[in-house]
Amino acid sequence: MGYAPGDMSTSISTIAATTDLDLKAEITAIGRNRLAVDDLMRGARLWRLALALGWLDIRLRYRGSMLGPFWLTISTGVMVTALGFLYSTLFKMDLREYLPFLALSQVLWGFLAALVSEACTTFTDAESVIRSVRMPFFVFSARTLIRNFIALGHNIVVIVVVFAIFEIWPGWGLIQAIPGLLLWVIDSLALTLLLGAFCARFRDIQPIVNSVMQIAFFVTPVIWKPSQLGAGVDNLPFNPFYDLLEIVRGPLLNEPGSAAMTWAGAMIYSLALCSISWAFFARARGRITFWI
Amino acid sequence: MPHSASITVENVSVQFPLYHGSSRSLKKMVVAAASGRLAQDTQQRVVVRALTDINLQLGRGDRLGLVGSNGAGKTTLLRVLAGIYEPAMGRLKVHGSLNALLDPNLGMNMELTGRENILLRGLYNGLPKSALPRLEDDVAEFAQLADFLDLPVRIYSAGMVVRLGFALATAIRPRILLMDEWFLAGDAAFLDKARARLEEMVRGADILVLSSHNIDIVKEWCSRVLWLDQGRIIADGPAADVLNQYLGLPADEPVGVLG
Repeated sequence: MGYAPGDMSTSISTIAATTDLDLKAEITAIGRNRLAVDDLMRGARLWRLALALGWLDIRLRYRGSMLGPFWLTISTGVMVTALGFLYSTLFKMDLREYLPFLALSQVLWGFLAALVSEACTTFTDAESVIRSVRMPFFVFSARTLIRNFIALGHNIVVIVVVFAIFEIWPGWGLIQAIPGLLLWVIDSLALTLLLGAFCARFRDIQPIVNSVMQIAFFVTPVIWKPSQLGAGVDNLPFNPFYDLLEIVRGPLLNEPGSAAMTWAGAMIYSLALCSISWAFFARARGRITFWI
Repeated sequence: MPHSASITVENVSVQFPLYHGSSRSLKKMVVAAASGRLAQDTQQRVVVRALTDINLQLGRGDRLGLVGSNGAGKTTLLRVLAGIYEPAMGRLKVHGSLNALLDPNLGMNMELTGRENILLRGLYNGLPKSALPRLEDDVAEFAQLADFLDLPVRIYSAGMVVRLGFALATAIRPRILLMDEWFLAGDAAFLDKARARLEEMVRGADILVLSSHNIDIVKEWCSRVLWLDQGRIIADGPAADVLNQYLGLPADEPVGVLG
């Protein structure tokens, strides 16, 4: 630990972060991976910073408004109500059956869509900090994740209210949704590292990502129910967004359905995402500062 | 502390790839790849050579001043030493805690109060919770913000922002101190106080690397000077010799070294 030498007349001698750097350009794949692991570990140790920054993002976004982040809850609530009445008529479905499904789907999808979109600016948003101090990139990934989880937390109120109105209680489903949420955390971090670095290098990725998410919203059963697809439902597990959405949504709706299939799909897609993300991040990590 | 602080720079070169407007886009790259021009493209990528073949060895007690014209690579070298720019060529080894004073407003958020900014900076530095009150006291005392401490930084006067930024940056005492010249900005009354605090910090550090246009400051604080021009080392040696060379003075005419 690098304590600053004493004998100061003032009371301060705050500890500066210990740095032992050994950076070389002619680096092997092992060395690169070790530095990437080091980034993750140092980043994880700064979890309180990531938490503070995530909170701050939400607070500042709603600065000066009376309801603060609860505007999130209200806008989601209004949207779910409006869509609920409209689509239950269009689809000729019972509101009692449809609205809880929609509220849950819409809130969970809102989290996924916002996370994917904001993952793109994970590093470019932190440009000034990255260029003036050596800081693990993982901190900024965690910040994006935490910010979106806080937003999700506010939106959960909508689900609770809708479930309460229709007297639905997920019971054991609440516990069964936890593994899915954990996978979301891992995938989210992988995605922020991958897209954060990739979008720093190629600035035209973000619009592409947003278009992809737009299409994904329509081809994934978010506002429509999987059962409406008829025979086509068997193909749904090939849609990665469906698998990932369903591992959390299924248990909460007490619709285990093809849980094994969706979990298998979710695991395969997550493994692919994490591998690609890691391979790219380990390669790109040292260059990100030059790109932003 | 088994070893004293040290910095070793071996054959480090830094190049900035220029991704201006068009070449930065994925479309261009895909098109280039499709037409078989990608390899050629990467070879002919426009780069700015910010640093070329830098070799440097610093140990305990070294007080190094970086001099050179604008764009000579002084700040880039500081960023390399701080581990911000990882070398694309060569090797950097740093031993010992390091604090780089590069951006006076690092991580400062204008919407937060002074006090909140102090706590945030504590988190940036990974300080344990127990150290935060001490940091707060120290910064509050030095910055002299009184009641403004609990008001958003947005409404501070320019001088107050400078004081807060300076107090925050200099609250962490490292063994290796890297300093860009921004700290010279500020009003005269503050400057004396700031210098006293900086001098204390510099005395406490094992290694100082200071980049400055102000020759008097370099003379006063540095025992060794590195002259950079267009990213290359022109001269490296005792302060008086190199400064004479830099200023175009004959080598035998002594330059007074103060302090």
